[in-house]
Amino acid sequence: MTISMTTLEAETGGAPSVDAAPPAPRQGVWHHLLRNRGAVLALSYIALVALLAVAAPLVVKLSGWGPYEFDQAAIDPNLGGLPIGPLGGISAEHWFGVEPGTGRDLFARIVYGARTSMLIALAATTLTTLLGVLFGLLAGYHGGKVDQVVSRVMDFLMAFPALIFMIAILSALPASNRAPLLVLVISVFGWPYLARVVRGQTMTLTQREFVEAARASGASGWRIVVLEILPNLRSTIIVMTTLAVPGYIGTEAGLSFLGVGVVPPTPSWGQMIAQSMSWYAVDPMYFLLPGTFLFLLVLSFTVLGDRLKDVVDAGERR
Amino acid sequence: MSALLEVDDLTITFRTAQGPVDVVDQLSFTLEQGASLGIVGESGSGKSMTSLAVMGLLPPTASLRGRVSLDGTDLTNLPESKVRRMRGDRMAMIFQDPLSSLNPYYTVGMQIEEAYRAHRAGVTRRQARKVAIEAMERVHIADASRRVDHYPHQFSGGMRQRVMIAMALSTEPDLLVADEPTTALDVTVQAQILDLLQEVRRETGTALILISHDLAVVSEIAEDVVVMRQGVAVEQAPAERLFSDPQHPYTRALLDAVPRIDDEIGELRGIDSVESAARVGGKP
Amino acid sequence: MVRFLVTRLAGMVGVLFLVVLFTYAIFFALSPDPAVQICGKNCTPELIDQIRTNLGLDRPFYEQFLGFLSGLFVGTTYGTGPNAIDCAAPCLGYSFQTGQPVLEMFEQRFGVSATLAVGAAVLWLLMGVAGGMLAAIKKGTWFDRAATGAALGGVSIPNYVLALVLQYVLVVQLGWLPFPQAVPFAADPGQWFLNFVMPWLVLAFTYASMYQRLTRANVLDTLDENFVRTARAKGLAPRLVWRRHALRPALTPVVTLFGMDFAGLLGGAIIIETVFGLNGVGKMASDSITKNDQPVIMGVTLVAAFLVIVGNVIVDIVYTTIDPRVRIGARA
Repeated sequence: MTISMTTLEAETGGAPSVDAAPPAPRQGVWHHLLRNRGAVLALSYIALVALLAVAAPLVVKLSGWGPYEFDQAAIDPNLGGLPIGPLGGISAEHWFGVEPGTGRDLFARIVYGARTSMLIALAATTLTTLLGVLFGLLAGYHGGKVDQVVSRVMDFLMAFPALIFMIAILSALPASNRAPLLVLVISVFGWPYLARVVRGQTMTLTQREFVEAARASGASGWRIVVLEILPNLRSTIIVMTTLAVPGYIGTEAGLSFLGVGVVPPTPSWGQMIAQSMSWYAVDPMYFLLPGTFLFLLVLSFTVLGDRLKDVVDAGERR
Repeated sequence: MSALLEVDDLTITFRTAQGPVDVVDQLSFTLEQGASLGIVGESGSGKSMTSLAVMGLLPPTASLRGRVSLDGTDLTNLPESKVRRMRGDRMAMIFQDPLSSLNPYYTVGMQIEEAYRAHRAGVTRRQARKVAIEAMERVHIADASRRVDHYPHQFSGGMRQRVMIAMALSTEPDLLVADEPTTALDVTVQAQILDLLQEVRRETGTALILISHDLAVVSEIAEDVVVMRQGVAVEQAPAERLFSDPQHPYTRALLDAVPRIDDEIGELRGIDSVESAARVGGKP
Repeated sequence: MVRFLVTRLAGMVGVLFLVVLFTYAIFFALSPDPAVQICGKNCTPELIDQIRTNLGLDRPFYEQFLGFLSGLFVGTTYGTGPNAIDCAAPCLGYSFQTGQPVLEMFEQRFGVSATLAVGAAVLWLLMGVAGGMLAAIKKGTWFDRAATGAALGGVSIPNYVLALVLQYVLVVQLGWLPFPQAVPFAADPGQWFLNFVMPWLVLAFTYASMYQRLTRANVLDTLDENFVRTARAKGLAPRLVWRRHALRPALTPVVTLFGMDFAGLLGGAIIIETVFGLNGVGKMASDSITKNDQPVIMGVTLVAAFLVIVGNVIVDIVYTTIDPRVRIGARA
């Protein structure tokens, strides 16, 4: 995995011994963010990839070749299937060249690979955030037995060597429904990190006066949690979620790289890189292209998360 | 007798993204040996910045104009290494939150010894330890010889502030700057700490600058008072005169805003924007 | 303090037990026909039958699980008679595909993974922690920007991509390093060492980047702490302020994180070992996944979990001894 979750947690200050108050929700976060060059670049790239992912069928209609079509004319059988032409066969017909051995259009496969990455990342983010916030709130607000149970479960899940376990489970299961399984497995091991931070901040907030006041005025538990506590956690959740996305993308790519991710012929950047390993000496474009796209996507989310954190922290300091 | 501390036309400017901002504007006051001065104002009035400027602890984004001299030595033009030698030795400072102001990883004894040994060459650990215990006893920490090996979290809030005071006084400074020393404490403990500060002043003759937003605290201790508002000293006067007969509208508003037990029940008076064109007292 | 230790160790045993149970149950439930799975790719009907009887796969779950547990402590024998297979304690399982007890396979490969881990750890501590500290001191300078930028790249690039890029540049284009070839240390120490250079670099760079970011953030945060302001107000020499008051609180979380990362790494760096063809525990894991050699997969999972959990506990204990607030507790 490209980012260890414990480091992520440490970076965002979510260590259990620190029950810091959550940063106050700030207006104008967008405003500040958009003034930062790095954040704007990052957002643009993410938007681009998202666009490619969503409009994939349209885009490949434009570029000419689909991701599953074999173009035997583009590869040289005498050289073991090496793409004809420079830079892995880049031409007007194949904008990014072709895959060695199969002759599939790389541009189309990259575009569809974007789909895989974004879909899985999005789904994993949603599920993890739901679970993390839910259990974090539960444990932080109620305390006592509920907290004990949830915390033990979190400890248990965090003690697992996630990568190995994910690989093991995925390899033992049949190959159908891989994508939802990936999302499920990533989320199951991902939610405790968010939950722990949410729990800590919920506990701090629950002791504050405005929660007491709400209780005194007769508000029920859920009303308090949703109306009083949750808004104060907004910034934390956004920052942690954004910084976790690179992890999900990297994990999916890593799992696909190892052969337990999405099943071929569905394209995935990680999988393409795995296949490129046999060709890297003679056709570096085959690993450079998906590698660069992957790198830039992870980088963009990381930069975005960093800038968000800076903006949120600066607001809190005022 | 020349004054211990002379602050002359002090202006502190911060570089910000919106341009330079003056947080203190042409502040002047003097402090005699063994005297006590209170600096009063709301948050953002520049009172803490003033104390940091005196100690030479301003952050690098701040620039300073004017003069600060301690016992004749001009601190503003002195290189940092020389200022550092005076810091903690001739002038010491205590801060608002004693829990976060003490390093949780080291014993209080070690932190007091450290302050002492930084300014006394050739002092052995044993000697320094003796000094630390004596300092703790002077601020009435019971069982000092045992508690000197305790960690900050093992003390209560009031005790921790006593430790800070002990630490500051271990080098017998001429000037003690106290920035909101009682704000983080319970009211009863506040009184104890203020009494302690008075006692210490009597015994050692140390001059004191007390910074607070709490007028009651300042009125207890200060002989002279400077009222600051948005970086400007709007009134300076001996304490008795200031509290009984405030001249500046802002001072009056501050005093009026304190609820009194014999007030009629009505609205609390806040401090709206008050004319601050003129300053009363101090340098024109 | 002792009571804390005991509780913690008891907790650790509890979590370990649950992990073993959970893992075993998952594999038990997921395998459609364990005998076929274990048999692997090159199977014969006779072999399947032998496996079935040997492993007692017709027994109920709890019996099998207890059997596995007892095997962990006292060893186990598969089957009876002349074809019986002995699996000494701790028996992590037996790979019918390779004909070795899983533990033995571990022992053969652990050295490689350990070498990889240690070499990378030294590099990444130096680069990452030192880089982070320096970047914090020189905040805003070109060094800070360069170091932080590099770290940002390092956490964003997947390590297999970095591995490929490095191989392409260093081996194919520049020829500075030879193609990695598996050789035992005794046969050719030079080549053996060279084989590790790129894996060390890749692994170290990835971790160093994380640690640089973490250290830099921690140091900057600590420099803002009130007790550092107090130390300065006392007139302490800048080096003392830095070393005694800033570094120690800032580095403590980094050190504890390192403990856990290193423990995890000892369980094998799957991707790196696979990419570079290093015959370590990680490669064993990915190979057995390809070949569907279930006992090995389970054994690797268990060992990795064990290392992480133990690492966790050790780190907790170390943290307790370092931080007086935890060691001594609230007001005396």
